[in-house]
Amino acid sequence: MMETFGSPSQATYWFIQGRLLFLILHFLGVACFAYIVARRMVPLMRAERDFRFDHPWMRLGRVLQFWLGQWRHPRYRTAGTIHILIFAGFIVLVMRAFFVLSLGTSSSSAMPGLPGKAGHIYGIIQAYAATVVFLCMIVAAVRRLVFKPARYAVPARYGKAHTADAIFLLGLIAILMAADSLFEASRAAAQAQQGREVEFLAVLSLPWIFKAALAAAPLPVLSTLYLGAYLVHDLAFFFLLCYRPFGIQFHVETSLFSIFFAKLDRGTIKPVRWGVADAQLDQVKSFGVKTFEDFTWKHMLDFYSCADCGRCSDNCPANAVGRPLSPRFITTKARDYCFAHYPVLGSAHNGTPLIGGIYSEDEIWSCTTCGACEAECPLLVEYIDKIVDLRRGMVDDGKVPQSLQKPLKALESRGNPYGKMEKKRAEWVKAKEFQQSCSVKVLNGKQDTDTLYFVDSITSYDDRIQAIGRATAKILDHVGEDFGILGAAEKDSGHDVRRFGEETLFMALRDQNVEAIKASGVKRIVTADPHAFNALKHDYQDVPPVEHISQVIAREVKSGKIKLNPVENENDVYAYHDPCYLGRHNQVYDDPRDVLDAIPGLKRVEMTRSRDRSFCCGGGGLALFYEPKEDQRMGVKRIQMAAEAGANVIVTACPFCMVNMEDAIKVAGMEGKMTAIDLAELVEKQMVREGPPEARLQAGLPAPLEREGMWKS
Amino acid sequence: MEILVCARRVPDTSENEIELNGAGNDIDRDDLVYSINEPDNYAVEEALQMVERAGGNVTVATVGGEDDEEILRREMAMGAKNGVLISDDAFNGSDGKGIATILKAYVQKNGFDLILTGVQAEDAGAQVGGMLAAMLDYPFASLVNAIEVLDGGKLKISREIEGGNKEMSEIDLPCVLSIQTGINEPRYVGMRGIRQVASVPIPTLGASDLGVDGAVGEAAAKVKRVDYFTPPLGKGAEMLEGSREEIIDKLIEIVKAKGGLK
Repeated sequence: MMETFGSPSQATYWFIQGRLLFLILHFLGVACFAYIVARRMVPLMRAERDFRFDHPWMRLGRVLQFWLGQWRHPRYRTAGTIHILIFAGFIVLVMRAFFVLSLGTSSSSAMPGLPGKAGHIYGIIQAYAATVVFLCMIVAAVRRLVFKPARYAVPARYGKAHTADAIFLLGLIAILMAADSLFEASRAAAQAQQGREVEFLAVLSLPWIFKAALAAAPLPVLSTLYLGAYLVHDLAFFFLLCYRPFGIQFHVETSLFSIFFAKLDRGTIKPVRWGVADAQLDQVKSFGVKTFEDFTWKHMLDFYSCADCGRCSDNCPANAVGRPLSPRFITTKARDYCFAHYPVLGSAHNGTPLIGGIYSEDEIWSCTTCGACEAECPLLVEYIDKIVDLRRGMVDDGKVPQSLQKPLKALESRGNPYGKMEKKRAEWVKAKEFQQSCSVKVLNGKQDTDTLYFVDSITSYDDRIQAIGRATAKILDHVGEDFGILGAAEKDSGHDVRRFGEETLFMALRDQNVEAIKASGVKRIVTADPHAFNALKHDYQDVPPVEHISQVIAREVKSGKIKLNPVENENDVYAYHDPCYLGRHNQVYDDPRDVLDAIPGLKRVEMTRSRDRSFCCGGGGLALFYEPKEDQRMGVKRIQMAAEAGANVIVTACPFCMVNMEDAIKVAGMEGKMTAIDLAELVEKQMVREGPPEARLQAGLPAPLEREGMWKS
Repeated sequence: MEILVCARRVPDTSENEIELNGAGNDIDRDDLVYSINEPDNYAVEEALQMVERAGGNVTVATVGGEDDEEILRREMAMGAKNGVLISDDAFNGSDGKGIATILKAYVQKNGFDLILTGVQAEDAGAQVGGMLAAMLDYPFASLVNAIEVLDGGKLKISREIEGGNKEMSEIDLPCVLSIQTGINEPRYVGMRGIRQVASVPIPTLGASDLGVDGAVGEAAAKVKRVDYFTPPLGKGAEMLEGSREEIIDKLIEIVKAKGGLK
């Protein structure tokens, strides 16, 4: 009898020797898993190239941070905590699983394990780990079935609810944990009954509870439980292993690789084709993603790795306002497509168009590339590059909404989306009052000017936004910056042209700008437009370093060159809205806040959604022209958030945010209750301008640059 | 089906500030950007969609100068198989009838099942299509906003009648149709598409190729532009002033006075 509790390998299951049975089972299980994984690799082999092997140490660091460290999980406290516990439990139990599995195929009857004290300690830890995982399964199931967090719901247009799959998976893991614990407990109970000393320290753990419950059970029952639990554990383990590549549970295997190969930089867009230089792009037959195989292998890996947690969509502004886009389903639809078209059994049938198939045109145009989804994803799944690639495919096929065709055509012929004359690009500096106080020179390459103020289209041409341009110029002037603009030689930065998938037009705009910037001979660039900022920083090469005006202001506030008057109305409450391309994409969060806090008497509150969880205003560049299908404007939602935070002034640092916010204030009927102001405008309004040059010098402020009347404004 | 689309290059009204020149006989053409006449673009798209459904080829022709080749390239990038530039100094100064005569000669030399024009040129008067049909002795329908290919060499076409009604007609091929904007959603063509057809040859046909010497050009024109001006602005909008109630009262009064309310 005692041998029966030694090793299931020595037992007999239905006339088959345990060892043989488990050898067959393990072999089948591993072979099956290997085959399925090999089949899952097939589409990755047919995918587009992707360069993801650079900076291995940095990548390893990210694995430690985001995989082992579960860095982003606590952003959702309940789900994150549960996940961290399960993850930690799994990590602990990997070794236990090896021991238990090898027992069944071992010729020895002794349970393998760590030697000595380590073995004891591990025994205790693993018992608790199994218990914690088991409890987490129950908690997770209760959450799914009773509390039903909204982000798990599947809207009808995206198919059926995923609850049944989730519960099945939770159940499987729970069975695995319970079987392992029962296996251990029944042996311990039997040994105790046989009067053998049993070390069983994990008080209140699952095996401990089972053992207590089985204390009086007859030995034959214990023997059956022992062998049965082992078999159940074995079957559950290998079923789970082979079932994983069929759904979200695959992330157990793939997440490590997804995170290792994840995109390292922010604010950038992948090239049309990795390894193909711009000059060779004309030879590329097709641009972007049109069929599944046009995705890169890393993007396919993302589809496998997504755990369907819904955090991306929970943060997606497009989803929040009822646009036909939910990033979560961008991934799960692609995964379903992949599983259906690359079946485990049978041959692959591929090449069907994705647009009109699993995705709609409106779905792909609905994205503002704000990056909220990517900032949230615990597995670092990429969305913006995929959306841009899908758009590149649509642009290549001529599928561009009519509302975008005119601005694109105008960008091509006039270098701005409005179709305005190039020669009027610098008209904004000629506003009478402004010109009297601040003259802005148009650079011709002969002035030896240090700084270029890159204005970009909206600030150059939009009547309202020109005020931001003038405020920016006045600030630069005030801090004694020797600066100029490119005037007619400046073209649209093309930032959003690129993100809307028109790579060729973007390259033309970029090349013209780079040439003009180089010809101007400047050593640095300043802009007040985060989209231009991001383009100059990430999309352009070989241009001087670029700063956003908020960074300049923050520095000069610290240096004392900018002194700020107290706010006029002490009752105003300010909230700072992080523009996506200043905050999330470029990590400039503190400079604008420091500037606001430097204004005496200014009361500032934070919106719940701020910093990297900022909520997009509606998008910039071409997004202003796109006519989305939506229930509500993003901007309206955003100003409501500001109001909820108790603010009546919303400060932003982006011309597009300004357009969207001011429109939203009107649409929401909140005129008089909410005001939007740009950081540059606010600073320009609050700047201390002390009298004549001598007084300025005494106050430690820079002398005005031989311009009359600058302190009058 | 062999389809010819007659297209024209015009100053893009959305990307120019159209001003009169000093002499007052034309617009100031310095610093203008041009594009295909927008209704013609819809005609090309419609032709491409018909060919996608029923087979055949689309040819785009324009009567103009060297610069006009750019619109042919753009339309070829959309999918038109052939582009033809009909250009000759002798064509300068042609009136509508002159252009129709040139196009008629081109059609007769090549033979098309269907000829499409835009409903009107943004810088001219919607005259060529009808005259071309008459000269060819083809049936003509204008303002077409839907086309369906029927069996037996016929098309079913629709046009919108003032007031929103739709009129459906059958028309025998070959015929000439002038295409209304909004009939479809023209596909996008960017620089990349144009570059891809950059090396496709575009033949240029002159007066002698078409045998239209003498019948066209300034001398033969019977319609001549005598003036070109911006009409003086009419009386501006009336701004109602006062409190909200007063404004509403005044507005009701005005609407009543004009017969809008009874």
